[in-house]
Amino acid sequence: MSEPLLLQMQGIKKSFVGVEVLHGVDLDLRAGEIHAIVGENGAGKSTLMKTLAGVHPPTEGTIRINGEEVRFPHPAAAQAAGVGIVYQEFNLLPERNVAENVFVGREPRKGPIVDGRKMERDTAALLEEVGETSFGPRTPVRWLSVAQQQVVEIIKARSLNARILVLDEPTAALAEGEVELLFKLVRRLQELGVGILYISHRLREVFQLSDRITVIKDGGVVRTLNTAETNQRELVNLMVGRELDGYFPEKGTKEDLGDVRLAVKGVTTPLLKDVSFEVRAGEIVGLAGLQGSGRTEIARAIFGADPITSGTIEIDGKPRRFRHPRQAIRAGIGFITEDRKAEGLALAQSIADNMMLAVRTVMPGRKRRNAPGIMTVKELAEVTELRARGPEQEVRFLSGGNQQKVVLAKWLQTQPGILIFDEPTRGIDVGAKAGIHDMIRKLAKDGVAVLMISSELPELIGMSDRILVMHEGRLAGELPAGATEPQIMELATGSHEEEVAA
Amino acid sequence: MSVVDSPEQSPGARAAARKQRVADWRVGMLASPAAPVYGALIGITVLAWIVVTIDGGNFLTTGNIVNMLQRSVALGIVSLGQTLVILLGSLDLSVAALISLSSLVTAQQMQDGSVIGALVIVLLMGAGIGLANGLIITKLRVNAFIATLGMALILGGIIQNGWNGPQTGVSDGFSSNLGYTRFGIIPMSFILFAVVAAVIWFVLRHTRFGYRIYAVGGSEDVSKLSGLRTHRTIIGAHILCSLTAVITGIFLASRLKAGTPTVGSDGGYDLESIAAVVLGGTALSGGRGGVIGTIGGVFILAVLDNVFNQLEFNSFLRDVVRGIIIIAAVAVYARRTEKKA
Repeated sequence: MSEPLLLQMQGIKKSFVGVEVLHGVDLDLRAGEIHAIVGENGAGKSTLMKTLAGVHPPTEGTIRINGEEVRFPHPAAAQAAGVGIVYQEFNLLPERNVAENVFVGREPRKGPIVDGRKMERDTAALLEEVGETSFGPRTPVRWLSVAQQQVVEIIKARSLNARILVLDEPTAALAEGEVELLFKLVRRLQELGVGILYISHRLREVFQLSDRITVIKDGGVVRTLNTAETNQRELVNLMVGRELDGYFPEKGTKEDLGDVRLAVKGVTTPLLKDVSFEVRAGEIVGLAGLQGSGRTEIARAIFGADPITSGTIEIDGKPRRFRHPRQAIRAGIGFITEDRKAEGLALAQSIADNMMLAVRTVMPGRKRRNAPGIMTVKELAEVTELRARGPEQEVRFLSGGNQQKVVLAKWLQTQPGILIFDEPTRGIDVGAKAGIHDMIRKLAKDGVAVLMISSELPELIGMSDRILVMHEGRLAGELPAGATEPQIMELATGSHEEEVAA
Repeated sequence: MSVVDSPEQSPGARAAARKQRVADWRVGMLASPAAPVYGALIGITVLAWIVVTIDGGNFLTTGNIVNMLQRSVALGIVSLGQTLVILLGSLDLSVAALISLSSLVTAQQMQDGSVIGALVIVLLMGAGIGLANGLIITKLRVNAFIATLGMALILGGIIQNGWNGPQTGVSDGFSSNLGYTRFGIIPMSFILFAVVAAVIWFVLRHTRFGYRIYAVGGSEDVSKLSGLRTHRTIIGAHILCSLTAVITGIFLASRLKAGTPTVGSDGGYDLESIAAVVLGGTALSGGRGGVIGTIGGVFILAVLDNVFNQLEFNSFLRDVVRGIIIIAAVAVYARRTEKKA
């Protein structure tokens, strides 16, 4: 090769508290190249980028820029070496204007005084370089749309002379038209000789934009391909292609199926477009989709946590419109949220208090004592097979699996007819996972309608009687029990649509 | 990256550019959180003038205006410092105790030595206390509320231990110069206030330190990821805040011709300065606001105070009205921010 590679990462390993999450990743990038990095949720894409950004320095391996070995113990070192990263979550100050954000911490000075004019001129030049005219250096960032804020992030990286730019899921929060503008900007930077690492799991974009594609799975590189020499099907196979492993409880039978408990009809919110489906008593419906595809948003809309723009939700055949989760809980819906620690549990409180949390708020004490089906904390612990020292133990001292059982107990106490699980086994070890899977199936057998969101496709396939797949806020399709991972991924990445259209 | 100077412009383009700048400026003014503060100030002043006139009093007389300006000085100066720390996302509850202590130490030092020497000593003391506040907040990671409340208690203890009553010794010349001289209707002390305000406005608007205060107040995480040494900014702002409390103490000593152990707490300068800052449109969570708004907030409180005195309101009713105005102001700001977001 005539000139040294712009970026060369070799044998990158990263461990967190003894658990290795990256197993020797090799990756390189040429100047003026767009190199896409694809992989499932949790494959290690973001962690890899953080090793490059100096946020999580690698445990092993070398990083070379223009052939010279570099080390980034902290983010500022990476910035100084010309590595710019635009995260999914923006790092901007909403109350400051564009120029102030671009030059935060390194404002140009004239003597002791900040040279505001130079700052604005330089920002204007940067905006011009990327062809952005819809706002100026003095516009307050809080007035900008998400897409415009992204541009600010990008020119902020440029102002640091970034020659390597990492874009982490840049289109996740953008609308259709804005994506085109972003592409233009990215191509413009490419012409300027910037090397771009483009993380995305939207395959269509990857094919439109990239020169090469690296597929990452389970913390390692599967293969690096030239975009021109591959196709979506091959990529999907490389991204998944994993044996179904582990044990799952038996699926439901026809006799288990009851009436329609939950009917979602044409529900639209800012993030969802015309979503319709039904869940019957006794069945487990899986909900698949990539991050940001609207899976959690459906759950929140049903639960009354987010407002619905149009469409209806029917519970047991009656249309209901919940303005607050409290009403949803009263109507018999339970929501086991994705983030157990932040949204599911009061960590510093006892097991008993957590188990009673939901029922206490929707049913006053006197009524509760006489209500049928109310269980004691001891009974709940037995039903959920909770292992703990006693009802007074604080939940923060429990393992992930046992914490999840407490959350489940909290909802069982409200005797729900509909249970929504969002990533029910995230961060839970294998043994406890099986226990939770058994419990979900048992609840379904007892007549609960279950909607289960999961990023783990084997879990979704192993558990669900039907699988709904989301793509960009829409229901992309429905698959019967026993669907395969590639089938789901095709729908979830939108490559299916593409082929039909073509 | 190369910076291009704007190329030669035709007169038309220059006029357009000027127009654009004016438009930008107007947007900036309207977007500034200070805009409604001055609207409210004018409204309240007109209302006050009407009410007082109906009541048979005189509102816009020289004496009364001097009185209002004079009264806004003490609260004004300390509120300027409070603005800095609140912009940062911090706050300072120790200012009232520090004001008392400064008035006492000023008097004591003037008794024994020169005026200049006394001023240097109290200012150094203030810088030390601000440094301590900043270090406790950043290095010991104590929440600012608790850190400065603790500091207030410590200073209160020192005062009680050292003084039972007023401390005399403030030099006559110094007292009449700072406390009572005036040029036309502008009291000397008001010029001091204006100078402090100008300095802090300049710091916030035109120095890196000022930009950093806004950045850290906007988001400490973002600032850190942008390579800012946030601790230095926090400590620096607390030092400046304590210095404004000391200047307030010096001014009150000149006014009373003595230091007193309760001058700070009687004035309620801790909570009142926070109220003035918030009334001036600075967000209690930091990152948004500024000196101009705070000055408006201080004037609003001064006008109200003056009206209450003229109408001989009882003190309970006073606090009720003030409380309502502060809550209403913050509610209005919350609404405005939401709309823009």
